[in-house]
Amino acid sequence: MTETLLSFDDVLERYDPALGLEVHVELNTASKMFCGCATVFGAEPNTQVCPTCLGLPGAMPVVNRTAVESAIRIGLALNCSIAEWCRFARKNYFYPDMPKNFQTSQYDEPIAYDGWMDVTVPIDGGDDETFRVEIERAHMEEDTGKSTHVGTTGRIHGADYSLVDYNRAGIPLIEIVTKPIRGAGAKAPEVARAYVQQLRDLIVALGVSEARMDQGNLRADVNLSLSPKGSGTLGTRTETKNVNSFRSVERAVRFEMQRHAAILDGGGSILQETRHWHEDTGITTSGREKSDAEDYRYFPEPDLVPVAPSREWVEELRGTLPENPTARRARLQTEWGFSDLEMRDTVGAGALGLVEETIAAGAAPQAARKWWLGELARRANDTDTEIGALGVGPADVAAVQQLVDAGTINDKLARQVFEGLYAGEGTPEEIVAARGLAIVSDDSALGAAVDKAIVENPDVADKIRDGKVAAAGALIGAVMKEMRGQADAARVRELILEKLT
Amino acid sequence: MPESPRSITRDEVAHLADLARIDLSDAELDHLAPQLSVILESVAAIQGVAGDDIPPTSHPLPLSNVFRADEVVPSLTAEEALSGAPEAEQQRFSVPRILGDEQ
Repeated sequence: MTETLLSFDDVLERYDPALGLEVHVELNTASKMFCGCATVFGAEPNTQVCPTCLGLPGAMPVVNRTAVESAIRIGLALNCSIAEWCRFARKNYFYPDMPKNFQTSQYDEPIAYDGWMDVTVPIDGGDDETFRVEIERAHMEEDTGKSTHVGTTGRIHGADYSLVDYNRAGIPLIEIVTKPIRGAGAKAPEVARAYVQQLRDLIVALGVSEARMDQGNLRADVNLSLSPKGSGTLGTRTETKNVNSFRSVERAVRFEMQRHAAILDGGGSILQETRHWHEDTGITTSGREKSDAEDYRYFPEPDLVPVAPSREWVEELRGTLPENPTARRARLQTEWGFSDLEMRDTVGAGALGLVEETIAAGAAPQAARKWWLGELARRANDTDTEIGALGVGPADVAAVQQLVDAGTINDKLARQVFEGLYAGEGTPEEIVAARGLAIVSDDSALGAAVDKAIVENPDVADKIRDGKVAAAGALIGAVMKEMRGQADAARVRELILEKLT
Repeated sequence: MPESPRSITRDEVAHLADLARIDLSDAELDHLAPQLSVILESVAAIQGVAGDDIPPTSHPLPLSNVFRADEVVPSLTAEEALSGAPEAEQQRFSVPRILGDEQ
């Protein structure tokens, strides 16, 4: 099925986009939200389950205190008010991923509400722009089990039956919902991406979640609607699920804007529905239509008593908040002397914390930036891996740079050391030794190569003898080639000049 | 949460039955709808007595902030967890083909 799309420029000429983002954050507590089952990722199926998270009759839930603390800290970091009193509610629906036939969530009494986050949006060829995203609420709930659909197609439709693992059911989730984001215009896709990315930075800084999109710790649903330009109204929205990377958030918004506009231009109307994002093809397809079946019949959870965080507790938790990421970015940029563009690239590559740790481990700021953005970001991109999950950490990068600073290797050889690190060949020092990468600055070895270069390039040698010192470059190149890049270039230059002048 | 309606129509009962996956015949709907209305009306009488100064009660005990420490306790084994399942495969609960969509 091919969707008709309107060009992005035409969309902007005729329509105003409104965005809404729902982000689910899976907390990194040791135990589940309402029971003591472990939350280890990748455990054998149905080995982290108990009567409570399996919804067996008579089982009683008890709230995880750390999860409530994390929820409050997230709320505070998003400049939210924290409820003085709130309850859990049952969201009733029939689907085998929740064996209780309801999800324990919060309804009209979220623990945190009415906040905001200032998002830095990169503008091509210009200064960064700040865009304020209003937060509607952040509430506590629990994750669902994982279904595997068995059948001919492997997809939900056409599946013969499903197999369910409840290890994930009951892991604490915080759902963060924005108010409609309006006025972003052409920047709507970038604003959406920047919001999710910077929200992730915040969650990481708080230390409340692994926040890995590729592992599903952080999941984004993208709501989008269009209204006629300047009308000030809100159009019918679609909700796109399964958006599992920052780049996909941006692409999904752009795609939906173009798809909506084509339908509206053709005199059609938007169906309020769930859409599924397809990473491989970059399109959305229809999921389920929002209808009466969406009537979840919420009611207060009778098995859990209200949560009433005292103001003392809230203030105590406020005292544990990390530095605001925007302020932190500004501070680090000044400390490191990075340009706006260098800083933006560092943040964009998800390498801010990694660069910071590399500098803390002893590397100069520009050297740390160079390796993370020049070498490791490329590797992450090539292997479709998160930059923090390459198996090469800040300590390794600092150690490589230390070898460069000490003159043991040069930048070119350092790249081979990184190859060794990716392959798990040991520490940088071990790799240099095992691969024989150290620069040769020993005069006897260099001298032989210099003599050979002089003999093979008599014209160049004559020029240097005549005082044209600049010609030495050609001889240095010849020596480097002879020694497979492992010669100490400065010493080679000295030797050439000693021998010829 | 919305206030309880003072009566309930036959269509509303049919809708609720559908949401709760309860298969009710026309005769059962005819029978149950008026009964449910009587129950709602009876409960509504209490709302008439309770003034604005009486907060609705969702929990009978005057308790809040009942928490547990974030500590792992042993889970069931997979065999125990699956012992009541009508069907299991690959150490997972086997369930019928699902219509509709994931939440």
